[in-house]
Amino acid sequence: MKYLRYIAIIIALVGLFSCNNNSEKDAEAITASKVKKAENEAIPEMSIYNLPSHWTNQNGEEIELKELQGKVVVMVMIYTTCKAACPRLVADMRNIEKQVPEEKKDDVQYVFVSIDPETDTPERLKAFSKENEMEDEKWLFLRGTEADTREFAAVLAVNYKEISPMDFSHSNIISVFDHQGEMVHQQEGLGVDNKETVQTIIDLAR
Amino acid sequence: MKFYSPALFLVFSLLFCEVAAQNDNMALVKGGVYLPLYGAEDQTVKIDPFLMDVYPVSNAEYLKFVEEYPQWKKSNVKTLFADKSYLTNWKDDKTYQGLPNAPATNVSWFAAKKYCECQGKRLPTMDEWEFAAMANEKVQDARRIETYNQFILNWYETPKTFKNPIGETFKNYWGIYDLHGLVWEWTLDFNSVLISGESRKDVDKDSNLFCGSAAIGASDLMNYAAFMRYAFRGSMKARYSSQNLGFRCAKDIEN
Repeated sequence: MKYLRYIAIIIALVGLFSCNNNSEKDAEAITASKVKKAENEAIPEMSIYNLPSHWTNQNGEEIELKELQGKVVVMVMIYTTCKAACPRLVADMRNIEKQVPEEKKDDVQYVFVSIDPETDTPERLKAFSKENEMEDEKWLFLRGTEADTREFAAVLAVNYKEISPMDFSHSNIISVFDHQGEMVHQQEGLGVDNKETVQTIIDLAR
Repeated sequence: MKFYSPALFLVFSLLFCEVAAQNDNMALVKGGVYLPLYGAEDQTVKIDPFLMDVYPVSNAEYLKFVEEYPQWKKSNVKTLFADKSYLTNWKDDKTYQGLPNAPATNVSWFAAKKYCECQGKRLPTMDEWEFAAMANEKVQDARRIETYNQFILNWYETPKTFKNPIGETFKNYWGIYDLHGLVWEWTLDFNSVLISGESRKDVDKDSNLFCGSAAIGASDLMNYAAFMRYAFRGSMKARYSSQNLGFRCAKDIEN
């Protein structure tokens, strides 16, 4: 019996990672979503919460993207060892946050996703959040697997590549998502006029 | 005995995926070190040995996939994962147009990626693809051979090659067909191409390419042929699809 149990555990583990397991869930989700469409509960088709990816935050906690549902999400992809663009992207995020009126601040989540998950361990992300005085809950730092990161970047239309072990080229894009995870606005470039981005957030936030 | 029912379910779900997995029709690419035409400045890239599909995925194979995984049918696919051009030439969920052995095109990156995962495979990385594709019939790296470049450029000028059957171009050094001459192909990290001006290095390379010497030598043609591929990748988004863009899968070597 013990022997059988071990086999079952192994199979269960493999099953977790096998694509079929996912696809069966997906198939269920499709049937479910057809039923659900009548209600308002379903995640919209364009929502990033359709992505099955798992992440770790700066406190070492596992988090599913879906957990962000229900807030306005402002997202940017960076890496902590970056010397050129990222500090400015961080500054841009801070600048945007400042302009959101006090009564709406609680409804907005700011998310930094690492494009260098190998280097950016949760400890490193934590240190980065401290250095930048972004320890409040509204600042979230995430790292995932290389594959999930690549996929997530594809969704955000962020391009990046490693140009040396410590350096990446990447698009500088800040994306705004509504409460259900649909992308509403993207701001591209560094230190650009963020009026439109801020206005989008204010319009969305409750 | 309650314990058995979830276990049994997992056994079945595992079997289901295993049935779909197949290693046939893959060629071994032994790997090596190469200098990408459009990578980081003067940096060689090491390619580990890997397996690559001999042919791009065909219409008939793709139909089988959407039947097994109905969430990827034309009428079911989520718009996050594929835009309106997905399988645009299909009459309905079960009817593609053109030859069964023509390459499957109008498939988004998400769909191509999922297809490969469900075969127990993955998409090739851009470096793997480029490495395999620099071979002609005889040698691993034919990038400086004029006939090799001329073949690619002639193809660029030939309309509607996506309607051709797979396996009719040349068989390359590794035993792989159709890397050139049929359709463009998705790669896993297609979004690592930066040609839109974020990277100064890349921009310099562009200007080198276009403002270089007037003499067109073998290396200019070679750069041009490759630049077209990279520029195309750089212009794509993961939910886009195109009638001249197909894909094939790759796989790590099992130890």
